Amino acid sequence: MTAAALSHLTSSVSELRELSVRTRRLILETVHTAGAGHIGGPLSVTDILVNLYFNRLHIDPDAPHAADRDRCILSKGHSSIALYTVLALRGYLRVEELATFDAIDSRLQGHPDMTALPGLDMSTGSLGQGLSPGLGMALGARLGDRDFRTWVILGDGEIQEGQIWEAAFVAGRYRLNNLTAILDYNRLPQFGWPDSSGFTRDIPIGDPGAKFAAFGWNIVETDGHDHEALTNAFDRAEQHTQGPTIVIAHTIKGKGVSFMENDFNWHATPPNSDQLAMAVAELQGSLT
Amino acid sequence: MRGVSPHLATDARSFGVREAWGEHLVALANKYPELVVLDGDLANSTKADIFAAAHPGRFLEMGIAEQNMLGVAAGLATTGYVPWISTFAAFVAKRALDQIRVVIAQPSLNVKMCGAYSGILTSKTGKTHQSVQDIAIFRAMPHVVTIVPADAIELQAAMTAMMEDDRPTYLRVTRDASPVIFDSGYTFEFGKALLLRQGSDVGIVSTGVQTTRALDAAALLEEQGVSASVLHAPTLKPLDTEAICELAAATGAIVTAEDHSIIGGLGSAVAETLSERIPTRMKRVGWQDTYGESGPNDSLLEKYGLTARHVSEAVLDLLAETTGARGNRR
Repeated sequence: MTAAALSHLTSSVSELRELSVRTRRLILETVHTAGAGHIGGPLSVTDILVNLYFNRLHIDPDAPHAADRDRCILSKGHSSIALYTVLALRGYLRVEELATFDAIDSRLQGHPDMTALPGLDMSTGSLGQGLSPGLGMALGARLGDRDFRTWVILGDGEIQEGQIWEAAFVAGRYRLNNLTAILDYNRLPQFGWPDSSGFTRDIPIGDPGAKFAAFGWNIVETDGHDHEALTNAFDRAEQHTQGPTIVIAHTIKGKGVSFMENDFNWHATPPNSDQLAMAVAELQGSLT
Repeated sequence: MRGVSPHLATDARSFGVREAWGEHLVALANKYPELVVLDGDLANSTKADIFAAAHPGRFLEMGIAEQNMLGVAAGLATTGYVPWISTFAAFVAKRALDQIRVVIAQPSLNVKMCGAYSGILTSKTGKTHQSVQDIAIFRAMPHVVTIVPADAIELQAAMTAMMEDDRPTYLRVTRDASPVIFDSGYTFEFGKALLLRQGSDVGIVSTGVQTTRALDAAALLEEQGVSASVLHAPTLKPLDTEAICELAAATGAIVTAEDHSIIGGLGSAVAETLSERIPTRMKRVGWQDTYGESGPNDSLLEKYGLTARHVSEAVLDLLAETTGARGNRR
């Protein structure tokens, strides 16, 4: 074993934007090929993952288990294809392997399985469970006087789970300033809630910032699709020394493909060939 | 047929099991710097407070929030620590069940899940705190080693072995002092059952503190001319199926004894083993698909059928059914 060369990449905003388009295109192509998989959530979280893996995390794709690497947990595990795609572009696996997504014997399970693919810091999929292991990793860093950081990406639907608030309380109590949560706040859950007009899908849980703040968290709000804003928000999270930070990233489900944006029907529907071609054309056009 | 364990205690004394647990955590922590303890606000009940006093920097209070506590343990395990969990058996097996499944058992992370106040003897707390499904739950959970010690000596020996092993493990701990069965030379081996008494008419397979009552039952039976073997199975998963089959072959009649539901626990495990390999008539002594209540230990054991007499009567009933005779067989 060679010593890990942990470092973070520095990417320009235009490079990050291009990587986001490549990621979205690969997500759509992979789910089209697999004939199954989530779409809306992965497109929503794409820019967050690209910004972390190409501009923030101290990691080494050749040493995915390096002891002092930064940790990243995708608690909203159903967006796995977005994480697999970013890991592929970052060098953890070959891009061609994305075609095995969801297939039998694949390392790319429907929800992230840390025993299957090096580079996954925690198994997730049963919602609301990712923040607690992240808290444990941050406690481990503190106990061992190690300086890695832990990042946990939460969906706004899964913060309805009680375990999230158990973890929020305990992380606040331990003032874990080496722990950052990022909320993918696309405000569009799978089914929603009855209301006076019938059903509403808007806002799974209201004012999450105030709720985390009540448990002692630092709150940073940002546009979740603007790489300059994301970089700035993550800087502010790292600079906060008094406790954990949650970055509330305002996002759009289905982001980047106009006919998928804010439409719950694209929660987990593979695009057909015509829809894929339209989507790819729109994504490529957005770069010019 | 294997021989009787050479490490049986020669004097009759009781020893506090939870105190033995807390004290041995301290001893292990002195040797293993990676050992940490996570507590669900019960340290003065489980006796993790002994550890907290000795190693305050490695005692992590998690509050009354078991789902988070087990998830935190998983995260700590990925950073090189070996977390030991301090809460009641009723809560670790059920309040945090999905967390154990997804972030501990499925990825096989090295978390030591200790269920204190296991079984029915929970200091008059009643059915909410009695845990008689935990063995069934962990037996059905791939990757999780499940250990049910008989006394304080075996508990500490198992804890020592657990620190030299990297599998997720459930350790069942009882609240009250119980008679010491083993001597200090005892070494725990995963998956190995121990023959504590050699007999020819019937085999009693027991686990946990019920092994004490199984031995008492064997003594009662001897007075009635029935010769009983007692095989103690401290590891429910993996189970020593060879020893159980040998016992069935040698005696032709098996009774199980456990402070747990007969559904999914030792009785089920033995029945599954024997029915596939050496079909043998059985009776299962344990919780009969019911919930408990609060009350003094002796009253609970009597009402819910867990005394030595209940075990011996099950043996006599079984022998009557299989041979047409009951008692005074010689």
